Amino acid sequence: MEELDGEPTVTLIPGVNSKKNQMCFDWGPGEMLVCETSFNKKEKSEMVPSCPFIYIIRKDVDVYSQILRKLFNESHGIFLGLQRIDEELTGKSRKSQLVRVSKNYRSVIRACMEEMHQVAIAAKDPANGRQFSSQVSILSAMELIWNLCEILFIEVAPAGPLLLHLLDWVRLHVCEVDSLSADVLGSENPSKHDSFWNLVTILVLQGRLDEARQMLSKEADASPASAGICRIMGDLMRTMPILSPGNTQTLTELELKWQHWHEECERYLQDSTFATSPHLESLLKIMLGDEAALLEQKELLSNWYHFLVTRLLYSNPTVKPIDLHYYAQSSLDLFLGGESSPEPLDNILLAAFEFDIHQVIKECSIALSNWWFVAHLTDLLDHCKLLQSHNLYFGSNMREFLLLEYASGLFAHPSLWQLGVDYFDYCPELGRVSLELHIERIPLNTEQKALKVLRICEQRQMTEQVRSICKILAMRAVRNNRLGSALSWSIRAKDAAFATLVSDRFLRDYCERGCFSDLDLIDNLGPAMMLSDRLTFLGKYREFHRMYGEKRFADAASLLLSLMTSRIAPRSFWMTLLTDALPLLEQKQVIFSAEQTYELMRCLEDLTSRRPVHGESDTEQLQDDDIETTKVEMLRLSLARNLARAIIREGSLEGS
Amino acid sequence: MEEIYAKFVSQKISKTRWRPLPPGSLQTAETFATGSWDNEENYISLWSIGDFGNLDSDGGFEGDHQLLCSIRHHGDVMDLQFFDQERIVAASSTGCVTVFLHHPNNQTLSINQQWTTAHYHTGPGSPSYSSAACTGVVCNNPEIVTVGEDGRINLFRADHKEAVRTIDNADSSTLHAVTFLRTPEILTVNSIGQLKIWDFRQQGNEPSQILSLTGDRVPLHCVDRHPNQQHVVATGGQDGMLSIWDVRQGTMPVSLLKAHEAEMWEVHFHPSNPDHLFTCSEDGSLWHWDASTDVPEKSSLFHQGGRSSTFLSHSISNQANVHQSVISSWLSTDPAKDRIEITSLLPSRSLSVNSLDVLGPCLVCGTDAEAIYVTRHLFS
Repeated sequence: MEELDGEPTVTLIPGVNSKKNQMCFDWGPGEMLVCETSFNKKEKSEMVPSCPFIYIIRKDVDVYSQILRKLFNESHGIFLGLQRIDEELTGKSRKSQLVRVSKNYRSVIRACMEEMHQVAIAAKDPANGRQFSSQVSILSAMELIWNLCEILFIEVAPAGPLLLHLLDWVRLHVCEVDSLSADVLGSENPSKHDSFWNLVTILVLQGRLDEARQMLSKEADASPASAGICRIMGDLMRTMPILSPGNTQTLTELELKWQHWHEECERYLQDSTFATSPHLESLLKIMLGDEAALLEQKELLSNWYHFLVTRLLYSNPTVKPIDLHYYAQSSLDLFLGGESSPEPLDNILLAAFEFDIHQVIKECSIALSNWWFVAHLTDLLDHCKLLQSHNLYFGSNMREFLLLEYASGLFAHPSLWQLGVDYFDYCPELGRVSLELHIERIPLNTEQKALKVLRICEQRQMTEQVRSICKILAMRAVRNNRLGSALSWSIRAKDAAFATLVSDRFLRDYCERGCFSDLDLIDNLGPAMMLSDRLTFLGKYREFHRMYGEKRFADAASLLLSLMTSRIAPRSFWMTLLTDALPLLEQKQVIFSAEQTYELMRCLEDLTSRRPVHGESDTEQLQDDDIETTKVEMLRLSLARNLARAIIREGSLEGS
Repeated sequence: MEEIYAKFVSQKISKTRWRPLPPGSLQTAETFATGSWDNEENYISLWSIGDFGNLDSDGGFEGDHQLLCSIRHHGDVMDLQFFDQERIVAASSTGCVTVFLHHPNNQTLSINQQWTTAHYHTGPGSPSYSSAACTGVVCNNPEIVTVGEDGRINLFRADHKEAVRTIDNADSSTLHAVTFLRTPEILTVNSIGQLKIWDFRQQGNEPSQILSLTGDRVPLHCVDRHPNQQHVVATGGQDGMLSIWDVRQGTMPVSLLKAHEAEMWEVHFHPSNPDHLFTCSEDGSLWHWDASTDVPEKSSLFHQGGRSSTFLSHSISNQANVHQSVISSWLSTDPAKDRIEITSLLPSRSLSVNSLDVLGPCLVCGTDAEAIYVTRHLFS
């Protein structure tokens, strides 16, 4: 057993006094049932009226957010695309595919974040607005972490481009500068604006030196006195060597140039060129990577990872990935300055800078309220072949474990269950059994929904589940008096026992009403008729009626006889069949041959001789017996008459 | 490639329908209705694809569809049809049939009329009944016909409180869809592969004609009638097959075309360009079938004649039909089936495409992945 990573959170259930009463619970896949018990520790005998409620406790509340549903649905498509990426693909093309997938995931998070933001602004109820805003910050943190993981683990940027990526990362997430810039430039006299120097400083901190230079030229235009030093600063900004993506210069060349530039800046500081302008001097210190000067801008930096990236930009632009963790840790320490302790987000980012993927995923799992993030990120990193070695001491590997958790959460939701199916499909070890367990618990309110569930099961050859779903529907149809439907479902399930049961109901109804219902189905059974003997009998018996109706008496007669002699007809039904033979026996022309008549007689005798003898009999029984006896007498008479006619006819035919 | 816009809407879409255009209008479609299913709360919603100009400067771009209004719907929306410009008829899984009225002035929807127990089951030997899903509805002002899992057919009139005509036990299995054939005649498809024609002029509960797929009893899920040639009918089945029927002759389909890999949920002839047909399926695909001959520049007047002659050259044996210039490209017994060109309209397939509708150059479809797709340039 591993030690706990944090104190478990306590959820209070409104209306339940847990101090007074004991509670009992039961686990569900995504939910828990909790109720009070009347069990009392001290006074056993006293009966306390207990709470009549059962509470459903959901652990994955985010699934129920309308906006996050879009995230789940859209990312489902991306997930499927990722699983279908050709395993054969290697090297560059594979990497670029994976980066594209990662960017797609991020853009979905961003879209959700923007919508959530709109809703938060539009919310009339402040409490509601706060809830949405907190969701926005969670989504924003997710995207921040994902982006960093993309740079470090998927893109695997080498020294040089690494810093450019990190700069983009910071610019993307510390974006207040754009509105500030619009604000300042929109004013009448930009260089006199209150936030002018703040803006320039932020631009420098973010390494947006071109924009900073343009700002400075405005200051130069406005105050001719400082025009000279502004120009010098502008030149310094322009000449700072940076790695541009299209450039072919080597890292060593860049380092050399950068060293020269750095020394030049140093000289200006020693010459006190900017002594007249404290703003420019502090900019120069920032550009020299002076930590104290940087820390003075704490408020503009807003967080330690911005500080880290700016610090690297102006002190070690060709930082190697392997050295990142050292700078990250010290930046965090410097920035917090022992005043506050790091928050979960800080720890996650720090773990990423340390290239400790498992720590990142672990911390995220603890900090975030849903499984979406860790499940998708882990899956993506697994496709980058970064997680192969890691196996859990339970279940299968971590990717599968997280995907299973996520998919189970989807299945607990009344309508997102369809998404869960595909996630289970891509869990090679436990996915199928999980799907089997979950799919049976989907409530089937309409046939259409049942058809969709059936399709899922049939595509995966889950015969057991197919049978059980069809049986549920067949049962329901029987309860609703829809025998035709019931028969269709049992035929689809190839459930012979149930088909027999339904056929019996059909035959019973026929005996009661004297006519068949649902002819459209029974007349068109086709090969499905062979499913059960009783069903075959039903179909054939109906065929007999049809032949009789069409006055094909000879065919009808031989079919009727064969139903009895082949023992397809249940014995209980023989009397009905024999009664059906009566009108055929009474026809003007002879239909049953002598041979056939003998067969019929044998059947009748067989039936009457085996009839159980009742020891005691009430009046009703007697009456029934009376009718029965009359019937048998009539049959015997008809059979005898028919036999006589048949013998005469056959004899005369042979004679002639 | 046609541009197709997707929007995720946080509810599984079961039906999408264009609002009909006023007769003689030259506009293109711009409003459609959707119904959702399998949510805790289901909704009927109206959307607009019209240009909003500067109204939605935040994020909304041209071609994106905007929600106009929506109203709670009790139960899954099983089918949805526009009754006229303002009224929408919805079929519910609770067996209820509701007419919703759209008020364009303040963009709201309200319940105009309701038949709460249009479809129901009667338990064995007991008078109590439980609701049965209403699976299909079709409108032909002022008449509304509904069918359901209970195998019942109802004929309603918009101004009548009670059903005008009910055929109990019309079908022993579930009726999946219904459409008008000619005015007093309707056509239903059921879950044992049969197509039945009912004539409301006849009394009793027997269909006037039964057509069926041979042997396999594959359930049929959707049906549509050719807009100009009323005897030509297309159906889609559980195995994803497209069947074309000529209801005037024979009891079997004229042709069976292998199509989707799973249930075909809807099939629609293009209302004004019926050589084009659209189908969607549980397998997540949406297909455009083009049966027009490969001479696209002909004007529509010459089109008909031109096709007849090409048809002639292919099969002389069908001379009896030659005088009818309405020989449909869909009924051609020409073995060269490759004349039908099929295009897949959705980029990547995932979850079921439940519904589609076409009007002019516009197509809308809704999926279980909670997305609505719209394209306004079908034939570009």
